[in-house]
Amino acid sequence: MSTSKRFSWFYFSSPQTFYPLAGRLQPWFAALAVLLCAAGLYISFFVAPTDAQQGEAYRIIFIHVPAAWMSMFIYLVMGFWCGVGLVFNTRLSSMWATALAPTGALFTFIALWTGALWGKPTWGTWWVWDARLTSELILLFLYIGFMALQAAIDDQRRADKAGAVLALVGVINIPIIYFSVQWWSTLHQGASVSMKSAPSMAATMLIGMLIMALGFWMYSIAAALARVRCVILERERHTEWVMAEMGERT
Amino acid sequence: MIRALGWVLRRDLLLVFRRRGDVVNALVFFVIVVSLFPLGVGPEASQLRNMAPGVLWVAALLACMLSLARLFAPDHQDGTLEQMLLAGEPLVVLVMGKVMAHWLVSGLPLVLMAPLLGLQFDLPGDALAVLCVALLIGTPVLSLIGAVGAALTLGVRGSGALVALLVLPLYVPVLIFGAGAVAATAAGTGAEAHLLLLGGFLALALVLAPWASAAALRIAME
Amino acid sequence: MLEARHLECTRGERKLFRNLSFRLGRGQLLRVAGANGSGKTSLLRIMCGLVAPSAGELRWQGRPIRGEREEYCRNLVFIGHLNALKDDLTALENLRFAAALGGLPADREHSLAGLDRFGVAHCAELPAKVLSQGQRRRVALARLALSPTVPLWILDEPFSALDVAAVSELELLLAAHIASGGMVVLTTHQEVQVVTQAVLRVDLDLHTAAPLAA
Repeated sequence: MSTSKRFSWFYFSSPQTFYPLAGRLQPWFAALAVLLCAAGLYISFFVAPTDAQQGEAYRIIFIHVPAAWMSMFIYLVMGFWCGVGLVFNTRLSSMWATALAPTGALFTFIALWTGALWGKPTWGTWWVWDARLTSELILLFLYIGFMALQAAIDDQRRADKAGAVLALVGVINIPIIYFSVQWWSTLHQGASVSMKSAPSMAATMLIGMLIMALGFWMYSIAAALARVRCVILERERHTEWVMAEMGERT
Repeated sequence: MIRALGWVLRRDLLLVFRRRGDVVNALVFFVIVVSLFPLGVGPEASQLRNMAPGVLWVAALLACMLSLARLFAPDHQDGTLEQMLLAGEPLVVLVMGKVMAHWLVSGLPLVLMAPLLGLQFDLPGDALAVLCVALLIGTPVLSLIGAVGAALTLGVRGSGALVALLVLPLYVPVLIFGAGAVAATAAGTGAEAHLLLLGGFLALALVLAPWASAAALRIAME
Repeated sequence: MLEARHLECTRGERKLFRNLSFRLGRGQLLRVAGANGSGKTSLLRIMCGLVAPSAGELRWQGRPIRGEREEYCRNLVFIGHLNALKDDLTALENLRFAAALGGLPADREHSLAGLDRFGVAHCAELPAKVLSQGQRRRVALARLALSPTVPLWILDEPFSALDVAAVSELELLLAAHIASGGMVVLTTHQEVQVVTQAVLRVDLDLHTAAPLAA
């Protein structure tokens, strides 16, 4: 058996060791988020050209589309960590998934709001039953269901595992739901009103949206790191290291 | 294994037979909900005809969902569920038996009742036939997905509303293609694609849902 | 043979017991004792495989039960606090379904004989909801009369709600099972006169976890 110390990522898989790591990483991700979002907003306001048909209102697409991307992405990541927690029975994976959920729900909500804000000046209605918006609405229900289930179950381990099963069922269903809603939308509306009929993608627009998406991604990690620290403190409050930590603070 | 499934099925059907009121409740709910829509929207025939597939399917979803409370909760309360987990037979098989019984009691009556209600909405004959077939394929999917939701919320307070929140978003694809099949038939285009997709959902649900329900039951009983 | 190694049980945030080990062999009875809330039912549920212990493992015939749950469950009968009776089914129907799911003979004759053993044969055609608490307990226990071939019997407070006659009948049944090489695990608040030499006792009050940092 090797006696040399080998660095292993598994060292950080216990809440006790991850807690300080999260604390050290979080400011970096927050700083990156601010930088990238500022860059993205700059591009969206000053660099991207004015659209001939939709005027200035279309600029909200720089928030709407990246938020929609992130809402989907976070659900998949959440599902992944739920799966890991279920298979390997690790507490930290479940805590991380629980920490991610509210941020994912937030981005879904932002996508819905910005969709409405885009719709009103462009097509005159606050809500459009477009494929993406409808899918985002259902995704919001899936997030809320996950959070509600975890909140309703008193026993923590059971809440983690039940939430994990639900998240995995959701991950399998999301492609099916997206496909169904997509089909439903094209059938009923034709191409008259659609978020997809955005101005054709100039390169600057795509870059702007990608930068914004990266900024949102950094924000998600920063927010989740901050939240998971709270979750760890709350769940491990009976252990010695947390009591020592709290003792130092007061 | 099949014998165990048979025993679970027989027991659940016998229990329903002793309390026939339960079957009638789901059916009456279905009829009432469907009848509320014309009262809310107005009796104009062409509007009702357009709405009919969606209305009938939404009512079927809700009726199926309401009956999920009877699926695992009574067994959980009297200790029978615990014995099923200890049966020495794969839990997946026993869950299939329970879901089959649930469908026979809560899904199949809807399939039989729906054509009558479709007449109220002036749906043409071929659309009614497609409605029956679509419900026949779709309601087992509703029972299967619902079983996962019922198992996850076993014994949790406020589980009635919580099951709705968990399960209704997952019902959306079945709703879209089920109602779409009827609407397509009424409009003259074919419904084969819709029915095939529904069949695909059924196959997927048959493979995945009992397994997920069994896992959720074990988690709930810990 | 059932072997427990360093079992630990955590319910919610409380550690109920830790470092619990014992060996139960053929022809032995294990009595689990402890105050209310000390984890007796939790221990029994761990022994059934319903709950995983937070530490330690359980072995049946030398192999851990974790990977072979179905196989292990075929070797045990569990009768818990709840009687697992359906109110709308008759006593006979309840027993036959329970026997069928447990892989035991589920025909009418055997089930009637089982009910008769516990003195409730006259209730066979009555729905369970009209039976008294004691009668329902007897119908639940009648399953044991059908299970002489099942090696491990795990019983949670089997004597509760029983009258004197039923108590002695159950004691005879347990003694017969042990004499024929079976194993019994039970919790009870009463002093039980089961005629057998090999009685192990596990006292959960001696295995409580130390309170966490003050």
